[in-house]
Amino acid sequence: MSDYALVTEGLTKAFGGFTAVRAVDLKVRRHAIHALIGPNGAGKTTFFNLLTKVHRPTSGRIVYEGADITAETSAAIARRGIVRSFQISATFPKMSVRDNVRVALQRRLGTQYSFWRSMRSLAVLDREAMALLADVGLADYAEANAADLSYGRKRTLEIATTLALDPPMLLLDEPTQGMAIDDVDRIKRLIRRIAKGRTILMVEHNMSVVADICDAITVLQRGEILAQGSYAEVSADPAVKAAYLGGGHA
Amino acid sequence: MSTTLKIFLVLAAFALVVPFVPGLIYPVFVMKVMCYGLFACAFNLLLGFTGLVSFSHAAFLGSAGYVTGALMIRFGAHPLGMPAALVLGVAASLLVGLAIGGLAIRRRGIYFAMITLALSQIVYFLAVQFRWTGGEDGLQGIPRGNLFGLDLTSDTTMYYVMLALFSAGFLFVDRIVHSPFGQILQAVRDNEARATSLGYDTDRFKLLAFVLSAGVAGYAGAMKALVFQLVSLNDVSLHTSTEVVLMTLLGGVGTIFGPLVGAALVVGLQNYLATIGDLVTVVIGLIFIVCVSFFRRGFVGEFLHVRRRRAERRARAAPRPEPPPNDAPVAEPA
Repeated sequence: MSDYALVTEGLTKAFGGFTAVRAVDLKVRRHAIHALIGPNGAGKTTFFNLLTKVHRPTSGRIVYEGADITAETSAAIARRGIVRSFQISATFPKMSVRDNVRVALQRRLGTQYSFWRSMRSLAVLDREAMALLADVGLADYAEANAADLSYGRKRTLEIATTLALDPPMLLLDEPTQGMAIDDVDRIKRLIRRIAKGRTILMVEHNMSVVADICDAITVLQRGEILAQGSYAEVSADPAVKAAYLGGGHA
Repeated sequence: MSTTLKIFLVLAAFALVVPFVPGLIYPVFVMKVMCYGLFACAFNLLLGFTGLVSFSHAAFLGSAGYVTGALMIRFGAHPLGMPAALVLGVAASLLVGLAIGGLAIRRRGIYFAMITLALSQIVYFLAVQFRWTGGEDGLQGIPRGNLFGLDLTSDTTMYYVMLALFSAGFLFVDRIVHSPFGQILQAVRDNEARATSLGYDTDRFKLLAFVLSAGVAGYAGAMKALVFQLVSLNDVSLHTSTEVVLMTLLGGVGTIFGPLVGAALVVGLQNYLATIGDLVTVVIGLIFIVCVSFFRRGFVGEFLHVRRRRAERRARAAPRPEPPPNDAPVAEPA
C-alpha cells in the first residue's frame, strides 16, 4: 500500500479553449492535512470539482487508495468515503439540526428507499446524531431549523454531518471563508481534531489557517502546480512570492 | 397518534355520515372530491416533497382510467374484476410514470417540466388514436361491477368502497412523506448537491418519487373511472395536468391536507357554480390570483404558518430555562 491516499496524474480540464486545470500531478499523503492554495482563478475550485465529479476531466486519472475513480459518479465517490464540503455552507435548511445529521447517518441503515416504513425506524440513530452534535458543540440547537443558525454554526453543522459518514477522506472547500475571527479559530481546532486518522485536502485562503494546521501545501497558478512542500518551503519559494505579491505579471 | 391521523379520522367520521344527509352534501360530489383530492396529493408528493414540477399527471390519471375502464367493460361482471382492473390500471400508470420519469429525471427545473409536458402529449395523442380507448368518444358506460360479490351499482355502497380506497391511498402518501425514503426526498429537495455529497444517488430517489406519484395519480384515475363510469380525453389533457397544479397551490403545497382542501375548493366551485357556465374558470382564476398575491402558502399552508408564528411568539413571551442565544460562541469542542 502506498503512502498516498489520493493521487492525480496529469489531471486536465479544458472549457472550450480555456484550460482551467492543466496536467496536475498531486499526491496527498494518507492522514495528512493538505492545503491547496493559489490566487483567484488559479483553478482550485475546478480541481476540487474534478475530484468530486461535478466536472468530468478532459484527460488524466484520479486514483484513490489504489482504485481508479476517474469515471465514477459523485455519489459513488461519497460512498467510497471521500466526502466534500462546499464553499457556501451546505445544510438542509428546512430540516432540524438533528435531522441534518441523521440524514447522513441514515445511509448506513440501508433503508433509504423504504417508502413503506415508518420514520420511527430512524429513531435508533438519534442518540448517535446527538453525540455528534454534542461533539461539535451544537447539542443545544438540535431541534432548531438549520436555516435559523448563524453562519459559523451552519458550517459547524456541515462538519458534524460530514463526520456522521465517518469518511476516511475529507475535501473541504474554503472551510473558514466569510467567518469571524472567533469562528475561524474554532473551525481550525475542529479540523485539526477531526484530522486524526483521516486525510484532508482543503482549499484555503486564510494563510494563518494554512500555516497552523496543514502538513503539506500545493500552490496552483493558472491551472498548473507552481510549488509544493511544507509551509516553510513554499513560503520561501521565489515563484510563489512573485505570484502572491504580483511581481510575476508580464 | 400523529396529528395527521387525528385530523384524518375526524374527516373520515364526517365522510361516513354523508350518505345519510344527501340533501346537505351529495355523496357523488364527495366521491369526486376524493378522486381529485388523491390526484392532487400525488402531485404534491412531487412538487411539495420532492421539488419537481410535472405537467404529465393527467397522463397517469388517464392511462390508469382507460386501462381500468376497458378491463371493466370486458370483465366487469367477474367477482374479482373490479380489484383486478384497479390493480392493472395502477400498474399501467406506474409504467407510464417510469417511461416519462426515466426520460425526464436527468433534466432540471423548466426543462424537466417541458419534457414531462411533451411526453404526456404523446399519451394524449395515443388515447385519441387507439381503438380500445374509444378515441374522441372515450369510454362510456363502464360498469362498476362488484367487489367479491358485493354489488356496487348503488351510490351508497360505492361511496363506502371509495372512502376505504381513498383512505388507503391518502395514508399511503402520508407514509411515503414520513418514511426513511421521505427524509431523503426532503434532503434532495432542500439541497440536492449536498445530498449527493452524502452518497445518495439523487436521480434514483427522484425517479422513485416520480413513479410512486404516478402510481397514486393512476389509483385516483382508476377510482374516478369506476365512480363516474366514464373516461374521456379530458382526463389525459393538459387542462387536467394544470388543474392539479392549481388545486395543490390553492390548498398549500408541501402540506399533507392542502391538496385535499384545494381539490374540494376547485371541484366545489365547478359543481355549485355550474349554472354560470364558463364563468367558473374566471372565478377560479380570480381566486388563484388572490391566492398567489396575498397568501402564497395556500389555505392550509397559511393556516399552519400563522399557527407556528403564534406558538413561537408564545414561547418567546414565556420565561424559559436559558438556552444559549444564537450569537454566543459554541461550546469548545472537547
